Amino acid sequence: MKRDITERLLAARKAGRPVALVTDLGTGLQTLVYEDAIHGGFGLEDDRLAEVRDRLRQDRSGLITDPEGEEDGVQLFVQTHNPPLRLLVVGAVHIAQALAPLAALTGYAVTVIDPRGSFATESRFPGVSLHDSWPDEALTELKIDNRTAVVTLTHDPKLDDPALLVALRSPAFYVGSLGSRRTHAKRLERLTEQGVTDAELARIHAPVGLDIGAVTPAEIALSVMAQITAVRRKAGAA
Amino acid sequence: MRDDILEQAAGWRAEGRKVALATVVATWGSSPRPVGSQMAVDDAGSMIGSVSGGCIEGAVVHEARKTMEDGEPRMISFGVSNEMAWEVGLACGGRVQVYVEAVE
Repeated sequence: MKRDITERLLAARKAGRPVALVTDLGTGLQTLVYEDAIHGGFGLEDDRLAEVRDRLRQDRSGLITDPEGEEDGVQLFVQTHNPPLRLLVVGAVHIAQALAPLAALTGYAVTVIDPRGSFATESRFPGVSLHDSWPDEALTELKIDNRTAVVTLTHDPKLDDPALLVALRSPAFYVGSLGSRRTHAKRLERLTEQGVTDAELARIHAPVGLDIGAVTPAEIALSVMAQITAVRRKAGAA
Repeated sequence: MRDDILEQAAGWRAEGRKVALATVVATWGSSPRPVGSQMAVDDAGSMIGSVSGGCIEGAVVHEARKTMEDGEPRMISFGVSNEMAWEVGLACGGRVQVYVEAVE
């Protein structure tokens, strides 16, 4: 890998800019393909370029086989580099203190949202990105996409409900909400009154997390992270 | 644990070490690490990341050293399909193809 390519690749990753590194396995030459630009050792025909960008959008690294279909016609390897998955946690509570490092270890960029100043503090969440605006404002500002998971942990309708109203109408791949079955039943009533459809409500994972009998904050965090992983990796799971 | 293999590789290179990067480019059957998994190796034997469950990393380091020396990329295949007795295999019975390149 030439220095120019390495540096540009690292810069794109740092900036959160999606990029695919395409390697010609025959020559070792490499080209970077961005969503709107291309830079490097060789050019790509339009259909090849489209295939690389499809893979980038789908976050799917792999070989592109030569259209000739010859035995050793495989020429290009595409390595996708997308910004990390995100976990947005509403409620800087005890469980969030366990969930934030666990999610980071799993590869997620974590943001904790809580307008209550004494909760979302640097000393309680060292190194975690903190947001102290109201949850619906924060979630709107953070632009939820299909690589984002949202979990509400406050138990407080004043904070959880506005967050869910935004999350349920977003492309988030996972929405979870802490609370007992009873708490959740009441939550569903309130959200229905606010015009949320049954289909939207069905997206909420509640009671949150896989049923592993979790008791402590760390165990609950583990069950939540396991559920998010299952939803992400195993279609139709959890 | 962010995927900081590339950053580590660039960091080692900046310190003047020779560095090779190994990437899983194809898998068949039950291979432990998916396509795109990477591992970086330096000339002092430091390594970060993985391309299998630990079954073939030793052999990859061996090839990586050659690549560090001559700068040439290498493609290595591991797995049950290769019947050469000395070949390192995957206990799980899968096959994996690994591309090794020098980081300049």
